[in-house]
Amino acid sequence: MAKYRLTVNGSEKTVDVDPSTPLLWVLREELKLTGTKYGCGISACGACTVHVSGVATRSCVVPVSLIGGPIVTIEGAGKDPVGRAVQNAWVEKDVVQCGYCQSGQIMSAIALLKETPNPTDTNIEESMGGNLCRCATYVRIREAITSASRQIKQGAA
Amino acid sequence: MPPIVKTEDSRNLNRRSFIQITTAATGGLLISLYLDGSSAIAQQAPPPKVYPPDAFVHVRRDGHIVITVNRLEFGQGVQTSLPMILADEMDADWSKVIAELAPAADVYKDPLFGIQMVGGSGSIAHSFQQYRELGAKARAMLVAAAADRWKVTPDQCRTENSIVYGPGNRLAHYSELAGDAARKPVPQKVTLKNPSEFRIIGKRVPRLDSKSKCDGSQKFGLDLDLPGMKIALVAHPPVFGGRLKSVDDRAARSLDGVRDVFEIPLAKGSGVAVVADRFWTAKQARDRLKIEWDLAGVERPDTVQLLARYKQLATTEGNVALNQGDIKAMDRIPRANRIVAEYEFPYLAHAPMEPLNATVKFEGDKAEAWVPSQFQTMDQVAIGEVLGLKPEQVTFHTEFAGGGFGRRAVTDSHVPREAALIAKRLRGTPVKLIWSREDDVRGGYYRPMHVHRVEIGIGRDGMPVAWRHVVVGQSLLAGTPFAMMVKDGVDETAVEGTKDTSYSIPNFHVTAHHPTVNVPVLWWRSVGHTHSAFVMETLVDELAIRAKVDPIAYRRKLLKADAKKLHSVLDLLDQKSGWRKALPKGRAAGIACHESFETAVACAVEVSIENKRPRIHRATVAVNCGLAVNPLSVESQFQGGLGFGLTQLMAKGAITLKDGLVEQRNFDGYAPPYIMEVPTTIDVHIVPSTEAPTGCGEPPVPVISPAVVNALSRLTGKRYRTLPLITV
Amino acid sequence: MFVFIRWLTPVFVLALFAITVSLTAKPDRVTTTAGLAAWDQVYSVLISPRCINCHTATNYPQQGDDRHRHFANVIRGPEGKGVPGLNCISCHQESNADSTGVPGGPNWHLAPLSMQWQDLNDRPLSSAAVCRAVTDRSKNEHMNGPALLKHHEEAELVIWAWNPGLRPDGTLRTTPPISHQEFVAATRTWVEAGTPCPKGR
Repeated sequence: MAKYRLTVNGSEKTVDVDPSTPLLWVLREELKLTGTKYGCGISACGACTVHVSGVATRSCVVPVSLIGGPIVTIEGAGKDPVGRAVQNAWVEKDVVQCGYCQSGQIMSAIALLKETPNPTDTNIEESMGGNLCRCATYVRIREAITSASRQIKQGAA
Repeated sequence: MPPIVKTEDSRNLNRRSFIQITTAATGGLLISLYLDGSSAIAQQAPPPKVYPPDAFVHVRRDGHIVITVNRLEFGQGVQTSLPMILADEMDADWSKVIAELAPAADVYKDPLFGIQMVGGSGSIAHSFQQYRELGAKARAMLVAAAADRWKVTPDQCRTENSIVYGPGNRLAHYSELAGDAARKPVPQKVTLKNPSEFRIIGKRVPRLDSKSKCDGSQKFGLDLDLPGMKIALVAHPPVFGGRLKSVDDRAARSLDGVRDVFEIPLAKGSGVAVVADRFWTAKQARDRLKIEWDLAGVERPDTVQLLARYKQLATTEGNVALNQGDIKAMDRIPRANRIVAEYEFPYLAHAPMEPLNATVKFEGDKAEAWVPSQFQTMDQVAIGEVLGLKPEQVTFHTEFAGGGFGRRAVTDSHVPREAALIAKRLRGTPVKLIWSREDDVRGGYYRPMHVHRVEIGIGRDGMPVAWRHVVVGQSLLAGTPFAMMVKDGVDETAVEGTKDTSYSIPNFHVTAHHPTVNVPVLWWRSVGHTHSAFVMETLVDELAIRAKVDPIAYRRKLLKADAKKLHSVLDLLDQKSGWRKALPKGRAAGIACHESFETAVACAVEVSIENKRPRIHRATVAVNCGLAVNPLSVESQFQGGLGFGLTQLMAKGAITLKDGLVEQRNFDGYAPPYIMEVPTTIDVHIVPSTEAPTGCGEPPVPVISPAVVNALSRLTGKRYRTLPLITV
Repeated sequence: MFVFIRWLTPVFVLALFAITVSLTAKPDRVTTTAGLAAWDQVYSVLISPRCINCHTATNYPQQGDDRHRHFANVIRGPEGKGVPGLNCISCHQESNADSTGVPGGPNWHLAPLSMQWQDLNDRPLSSAAVCRAVTDRSKNEHMNGPALLKHHEEAELVIWAWNPGLRPDGTLRTTPPISHQEFVAATRTWVEAGTPCPKGR
C-alpha cells in the first residue's frame, strides 16, 4: 500500500492503495466516482477513458503509480465548454441506449474535438475507432460529434 | 430472449401450474406460460387480474409523477416508452415524469408470460394495454376526486397536462388531488383514448435517462456501493462442469484486504470464491490461487470436432418440425435445377458492456438483492432457494443494466446463485459478485453453434418447388423450465424463422437434430432467427439471382399473400431505397427481409470491399411494428440492432473451444463491431399503422448479416455460408 | 611568405589524405565478411517481434509474438503517436505496467514509415532491404555508423526490447534472440566494418 496525491476534477485527493491498482479502480472504489466504467480491463473497449494531463487515457490499464498529472473524469467533463457541448449534443441527439460505454465515448470525443475542432468523418472514425458500443449507437455518436463541433464553433464566434 | 408466448386471455389463468398449448388463428405457437420445471416458480402467485395504479404511478406533491416500469432498462428505452403510454392516458405533464424500475413483485409480472422479465421483444407488446389502462384508471380517480371536491360530475371535467378542469373556471393540479384520488375506488372499467387523441404516444420523445447517462451519474448494477460491502470473484473451472480438486490459497490470502477464499458449488461442478475489500485485491488474489481441477469424466468439447459431427448429422433426417406437401417432389427436379447448401454458425457470446454482477445481503430471516436482471422472478426465487428463504423474503431491486441481449435472462440464475452462496457465508455483509470480462467471454451460455443443410428444387418459373431443410444445434430449452417447448424432439427456437417462414414453399420439409454438448447455451438477441434468417435470406437471394429477378420483386412474388407486414415493409423499402439502382462501381446493394416477434423488417445495404472487409456505407430499413409508441426509440432500436447483428460477420465474431477450453478471453480475441464496421448512416422508415404495437428489440438483428452478405455476393460472385466471415 | 604557403598546401593536402586514409582503413580483424556476419545478428533483432511490431509499413502497429494487428483499431496517426482520443500514450505509459500487462517506455510511438521493416502484407523485409533502410541517411534521421551504435546502445525504446514486461496473462514477453550486450557488440562490429549490407533485394 502506498499513498498517492491525485488531482481529480480540480480537487486534490489522497488515496492509500496498492501501487499496482489501475487508476480505474482507484477512481471507482476509493473516490466513489463510478461514472468511469469497467468494460474489459485490457484497454480494448474504452469504457474507462479519462483525461490525464489533457490526454485521453484508458484508466483500466494504467497503475496509479504511473499517473503524473491532473485527471478529469466524466463527472468533471461538464466544467469545460467543449465537454459541455459534447454532453449537450449527446442528449440532443438521443445517443445513449444502455449508456454503459458512453462515459468513455464522451471522453474520447472531447479529446478529439479539443485537438481537431472540425473533424471530418474520417477523423471521427479514427479517433472513436477504439470505443466499443454493444448497443451500436455509433451512427448517432457520429452525428453528435459533428453537431457538437458546430455548436462549439458558434459558441466561440 | 424467451420464445414468443401469448395467451388468448390472460385473465383466465388459474393458480395451478399448467401448460396449455394452442395454435392461434394467425399461425404460430401460443403457450400459457406457467412453468412446470421449477416447483418454486410454479408456486409463485400468478400475475394479478387487476393492476393497482398505486403500484405503478405516484403523483408527488411537487407535481412530479413517478411511473414504475415493470421491466429492466438495458438500452431498449422501456423506461421512457412505458411511462409515455401511461402518461398519455393519464393526461400527465410529460415534463414532470420520472421513471423508476420496479423491484420484483407479483404486480410487476409480464401479463402474458406470468413472470417478471424482459425478453421476447415483449415489453411494449405485452404491457401496452396494461399501461394504458393504468393511466386511464389514474386519470379517472383524479377526476373523481376533483368532481367530488367541486360537487360536479366527472363528465363535466376534462384533463390536460396534469390539470383537471371543471365547470366555470375551476381547475386543480394532480398534485393537489393525489391524496383524495388515492382513496377513490379503482375503476373496473375505463375508457381509453381514441388514438387520434394521443399527445405523447406516437411522438419522437427523447429518453428520460439520457442526461444521467452522459454525466456519469447513472448507476448500474456494477456501480452499487453499500456500507461494509465486499467484492467477490469466482474462479470457474476451465472446462464446463469441472470440479475443484484442491486449491493452495496461501499466496492469495497473503494479500492485504483478502477476506475469504472457499469452495463454491456451481450450476455444474464447483469453483473457488475469493472475497476482498476491493476489486483489484480480489482479482490479484484469484490470479494467485493455485488450483487443481478434477476433469475426470467431463466432456471436453472441441469446435472442430463438433463441426464435423454436426455436418455429418446434417446429412441425415432429423426430428420432423414441418412436413408440408410432399418432399418427394424434389426427386422430380433435375439436379441442375437444385441448390445444395451447407451453412456453419459458431458459438457467440453476448458480451454486454457491463460485465455480469449481482449483489446480495443475507440477514438470516431475510435478504436483499440488487441485480441488473432480465429475469427478476426467477432470480428472486433462486436467491431464496440458496438462502433457504421464500421469494417474498428476498427484497429484489432491479438495477439499470449495461446491455443484456439475453445474457441476463438465465433460467438457472447462475450469477445470482453464486452471489447468494457467497452472501450466505458472509452473513450480514453485502457481497457484490463480479464476473470479469474474461469470466464472461469464457463463461458459456452462448448462442449455440449450428449447421444448416438445405436442398432446394427450383421450378421452371425460378420459384422453389421443394425445400428440404435440416438444422443441427443444441437445444436451448431442454432441461430448462421452458422444456415443454421441445415438441417431438424439436426445439421450437431452433426452427423459428425457417419452419414458420412466410415464403410460399409448396413442399417444405424441416427437421432438426439437437446434439447434447457440454457447453451451456442461451438465447442471443433474436434467438433462432440469428441463424435461420441468414440461411433463408441468402438462399432466397441466390434464387432471385438465378431467376434474374430484382431481389425485392422476387421476395414479393415468393411471399404468401397474407404476409401483410412483410409486404408492407418490402413496399416501403422499395420506395426508400431508390439509391440502390444507381450505385458507383465497386459498390453493390444487398437486400434481406424477415419477420420475427411479429415485427416485419426489410433492409437494403450499400456495400463495398475495403482492405478485404465489407464496408457498409449505408443501410435503409423499413419496419412494421404496428403502432410505433415512440418512433425515436424505434429508430434507436433499429440503428442499434443492425449494428449488434453485425457481430455475426466480424472476423473475430466467434467463440471456439479446443479440447474443452474456450480459446478467446476478452475483446482482443472476440471482437464485436467497432464504429467503422457498422453502416455509416442508417435511415429507418416505419410503416404507418394503428395495429397493436409489436416489439423492436430483436427484429433488427436477423436481417443485417444476410443483407450485407447478399451485397458481397453480388460484388464477388462468391457464396458466404460460413460464419464468422473471416475472408471476403 | 606566399611562396611558403604555396609549398605548404600540397603537403597539407597530402597529410589530410594520409589521415583520412588511416581513419577509414579497416583494422585487420573486421573484414566485410565479419561485418556482414555481424549484420545478420543485428538483423535478427530488428525483425524480432519486440522491435518489428512498431516498424510497420501500414497505418497500424502489431502486437504479440505472432505479430497480429494491434487490437482496438489503434492507428499510426500523422506523427506515429496515434490520433486524438486514441494516442499510443492513452495506454502505454513511460514504463511497463506489469500489473495490467501493458508495455511501456518513454515516448511510446511508432517508428516513422521511413523506418518500415515490413511490407504492406506485414511480412518482414529481407536482410538486404532492412540494411539499406537502416543505413540510408535520408531515411534514418541522418545517423551514421557511430550514431547507429549509440542508438542501439542507449535509446530507451531499443533497450525496452530486453525488458518488455509481462503480458496480461502474467507471463513474460519474449526478448530478442540475442542479449542487448551481444546486439551492441554485433552492431559495433558491423559499424567498424563500414556498415556493409548484403547484396540483393
